[in-house]
Amino acid sequence: MSTTYYSEEHEWITVDGDTGTVGITDYAQEQLGDVVFVDIAKVGEEVAKGDDVGVVESVKAASDIYSPVSGTITEANAALDDAPETVNAEAQGGGWMFKITLSDPGELDGLMDADGYKKFADSL
Amino acid sequence: MSEADLKKTPLHGLHVGLGAKMVPFAGYDMPVQYPAGVKTEHLLTRAKAGLFDVSHMGQVRLAGDDVAGKLEALVPGNLRALKPGAMRYTLFTNEAGGILDDLIVTNAGDSLFVVVNAACKDQDIAHMRDNLDCDIEVLDDRALLALQGPSAESALEAIAPGVAGLSFMTMGNFDILGAECFVTRSGYTGEDGYEISMPEAKAVEIAEALLAREDVAPIGLGARDSLRLEAGLCLYGHDLGPDTTPVEAALEWAIGKRRREEGGFPGADVILKQLAEGAPRRRVGIRPDGRAPARDGTEIVDADGNRLGEITSGSFGPSIEGPVAMGYVATGSSAVGTSVDVVVRGKSMPAKVAALPFVPANYKRG
Repeated sequence: MSTTYYSEEHEWITVDGDTGTVGITDYAQEQLGDVVFVDIAKVGEEVAKGDDVGVVESVKAASDIYSPVSGTITEANAALDDAPETVNAEAQGGGWMFKITLSDPGELDGLMDADGYKKFADSL
Repeated sequence: MSEADLKKTPLHGLHVGLGAKMVPFAGYDMPVQYPAGVKTEHLLTRAKAGLFDVSHMGQVRLAGDDVAGKLEALVPGNLRALKPGAMRYTLFTNEAGGILDDLIVTNAGDSLFVVVNAACKDQDIAHMRDNLDCDIEVLDDRALLALQGPSAESALEAIAPGVAGLSFMTMGNFDILGAECFVTRSGYTGEDGYEISMPEAKAVEIAEALLAREDVAPIGLGARDSLRLEAGLCLYGHDLGPDTTPVEAALEWAIGKRRREEGGFPGADVILKQLAEGAPRRRVGIRPDGRAPARDGTEIVDADGNRLGEITSGSFGPSIEGPVAMGYVATGSSAVGTSVDVVVRGKSMPAKVAALPFVPANYKRG
């Protein structure tokens, strides 16, 4: 049973047990425009909630990617190396960016659910 | 600057109606992209035709006795050689040999038609008023549209019969939908195309007539930037500035032969010396080996980490399908093919000095 949470930095995290899969939201990919490069620099490293862990580049600009939770990043989505545009096409599916082993699942309580995030994004 | 202070071009309402994302640019509220997005708009311009609103740029008419000779006091271009209907790219220079702006000067027959950058136009107009003894008319009641791409000729010919007869860097007067327009075969994308100066009251009607065609789409500033970068064309304020000379900027071709012999433009001593002896640094194309774009401000270093210079424009080139950039490097490292590193987010990434333009120009030469 997995649950998806959302951050104010426009990341989503789907959690199954102590493993989270993280990407950027559909709203975020729309704001960025055509994604041309994704680099998760901190694979294998322990990160704290809010740390920047990599970058997503669109034709227009570079934007940092933050981790919505603390933990150890175990994997980056290798499919994005050759097909970064997947982030635009399937931001909340095949365009996932990294997997993380959560060190403090309690942090999830500070994130939003889908309805909460929708209201947040609509208010921007 | 608050949103309320931003100026609007005559096409502002059209952009908003088309769903453009508007951003502040040079004091104007301008479309950075439409719903199609930067990449699609870029590729569409290279495949068909893109319509750009460049009404924020400054349009000025200079008139009077020997006006070309007078303007030569401010620029290194050979303007006296311009025949009626011909146009040329040139530069306002300062006493140190730096570039104050780049501009296009057209011999309109009875006058010179000058187009300058939006961000520099107030300064340029003041510069001309202070230094030129001629009539200076700011054409702020005219809009400027660019139609660029392989379909531009057929699209414009349909409403402006005769424009197909213009060749690259020439101008003609045409009646378009009842409006008196100056049409030049020029642009900022590397593609064939036109720039059309028109009375602002007719701008929406003319733009809509062009956009009604299936082979013409509206293009925002985002794709304008990636198109001009692939075409190796400079953006003032990024690739050119008051501390950059025309020789450093690899724009020697814009310095007329007679002007090299006679001088007589601001900074001529510095610029002519660099023409003879070379400049310490040089504008070059840079192609990072990987996929990560090297943006404006990225440091360029040699294999030992010694600084060679920095990127002044960098993005992802949709037609190249890879990152492209321009920047300045020490002249000794400016040969095409030289291996360099670009330092992106603290990491050195391999790159090469590349020939400009990145995509071949598609101009219709006479």
